[in-house]
Amino acid sequence: MGLVESGKIPKPLTKLLNMSRRYSMWVYQWGLACCAIEMGAAFASPRYDVMRLGVIPLPASPRQADFLVVSGTVTDKMAPAVRRLWEQMPDPKYVISMGSCANCGGPYWDSYSVTKGVDQVIPVDVYVPGCPPRPEALLEGIVLLQERIMNEDMAERWKGDPIVVE
Amino acid sequence: MATTESDQMAYIAAQAADARVNVEVETDEGMTLNLGPQHPATHGTLRIVAKLDGEKVLAAEPIMGYMHRGYEKLTEVRTYPQVTTLVNRIDWLGSFANEVPFILAAEQLMEVEAPPRAQWIRTVLFELSRIANISLFLGDMAVQVGATTPVFYAFRDREFVLNQIERVTGGRFHPNFDRIGGLKDDLPKGWIEETGAVLGKMRDFCDEMEELVLGNEIFQARTRGIGVIPPDVALSYGLSGANLRASGIDWDIRRDANVGLVYDEVDWKVWTHPDGDSFSRFWVRLQETREAINILEQLLGGIPSGPIMAKVPRIIKVPAGEAYVATENPLGEMGFYVVSQGDLTPFRVKIRSASFSNMSITPWLLKGVFVPDIISILASLYFILGDIDR
Repeated sequence: MGLVESGKIPKPLTKLLNMSRRYSMWVYQWGLACCAIEMGAAFASPRYDVMRLGVIPLPASPRQADFLVVSGTVTDKMAPAVRRLWEQMPDPKYVISMGSCANCGGPYWDSYSVTKGVDQVIPVDVYVPGCPPRPEALLEGIVLLQERIMNEDMAERWKGDPIVVE
Repeated sequence: MATTESDQMAYIAAQAADARVNVEVETDEGMTLNLGPQHPATHGTLRIVAKLDGEKVLAAEPIMGYMHRGYEKLTEVRTYPQVTTLVNRIDWLGSFANEVPFILAAEQLMEVEAPPRAQWIRTVLFELSRIANISLFLGDMAVQVGATTPVFYAFRDREFVLNQIERVTGGRFHPNFDRIGGLKDDLPKGWIEETGAVLGKMRDFCDEMEELVLGNEIFQARTRGIGVIPPDVALSYGLSGANLRASGIDWDIRRDANVGLVYDEVDWKVWTHPDGDSFSRFWVRLQETREAINILEQLLGGIPSGPIMAKVPRIIKVPAGEAYVATENPLGEMGFYVVSQGDLTPFRVKIRSASFSNMSITPWLLKGVFVPDIISILASLYFILGDIDR
C-alpha cells in the first residue's frame, strides 16, 4: 500500500478501507476472571453471537489479531504478560477494557496485588463498565470501536510513529 | 503511595522475565514445557511447568497467583454486609453459593437464625447456581478433548438458569442477595412456575449431553483410565466435591454435615463412582446436575410462607468469637473461618476453597501421563482460578 505509507489517501478510498477493516476483525480474547465468562457468552453462545457484527473470535495467536479484549482483574503478576502479548499484535491494534477491574481496579481498588486499571500497562480505546458487564454491553463496546475505526484518519494512524504509553 | 506510572512500568519490565511465555529446551533433564498463564485449557490464568521426556511428563508443577486478589486481607476492611460483594467473585460461576457459608458463619456468631422461608429460598438459589456452574463444565470438558459443539449447547441452556437467578436477585452473575438473618427480597410473582419449566429444559440438556459426550467413543478413549485417583490418595490430598466422590468415597456435606440449608426435607441421593478416572469425574458431575434438578423440583413445591428476614439490628456488629461453616459448593467444600472481635468488620477471615485443595494433587497426578492428557485431566478436575488464588 504505497499510498497509505506516503500518507496521501483520497477520502473515498479511506472510507472504503476503513469499512472493510471495520467488518473483518479478529479478536484476541484475554479472559482473566468473571468477565471472561460473560465474554464467552458473547463470543461463543448462540444467543449473543458476535460474528454477526463482523468480529471473529479465537485466533490462533495474538499475531493474527486486530483487537484485544482484556476481561477481568489484571494483577501485578499478570501485567507483564498482558503487555507482552499486546506487543506481539500487529499494528493497527485496538484494546477494549471490559469490566470494572480492568478499567480501574473495581471492587479491589484497595487490594495490594491488583493493577488499578489495565490502561497503566497498555493504551485502551473503549472502556466497558460493569461488574461484570452483560454480553450486550460488550457488543455495544465493539460497535463503538467499529464506529471509531470507521471515522479514523488512516494517514494519521499509519504514519509509522510507534504508539508510546506515557 | 508515591509510585508514578513510569515507576510502575519499570517494575513491570523487571518482572517480565518471570512471565516469559515460551518453551525452553534444557538438555540434561528433558524438555521444559510451559503451559499458560494465558492458555485456553487453564480456565484463565493457571500456569503449569512440565518437564518432558518425549511425550511423557516427568514432573509437573502448577504455578498459581496470577489471579490473587487478596480477598482475605480485603475482608478485614469491609463491613460484614460488604463482604458478600467480595466473596461472590471467588467462584464466579456459582456466585450465590459463595455467599451462603460466610453468611451462615456470621449468623452463628450473632446467634440469629434465618426464617424457614429464607432457608428454603437459599437452598433453591444454591442449587440453581450449582446447575449454572456445572452445566458449563459439561460443555467445557468436551471442548478440552476436542469436541466443539457441546459448549454451544451449554452456553445456550445456561442462559435460562441465569435468567431465573436474575429475576430473583437482579444479577446474572453476582447476586449479592444473601443477608445476615435472611434474604434481600422475596421471590417475584410467577417465578416458581417459570423455574419449573426451565428445569424441564435443563433435564433435556442433561440427556443431550449424555448422548453427545458420554456415549462418544473418542471421549471415552480420551478419559477412561486416564488420571486415576485412588481413594486413599484422594483423601490424603484433601480433595472434596465431585472429585472425591468420583474416587468412590461417599461423602457429601449436604447430607453428612449440613448447616442451615434444608436438604433434610427432600429425598435425594449422593452419586459416587468407583473408578476415579477423568470419565467418572464427568459422570458424577452429570448425575449431580440431574440430582440438583430433582432436589429443586421437590423444593419448589414446598416453599413455606412467612417472613424472609429475621430481626437483626440495622448496623451489624458481630460479637467476639470464632466460627467455621463449610458447605458443599459446586466445586467442593468451601468453608469460611471467621474471627470476630466485636467490630463492624471481621478481624480475620480464612477461606478454605475447594479448587485450591483439588489443584494440589496435580504434581502427583500428572507424573507419567502424556502431554495431551494434561489437558483432559486438568479439565476433569474442574477448578476455577478465582477459587484457587482468591
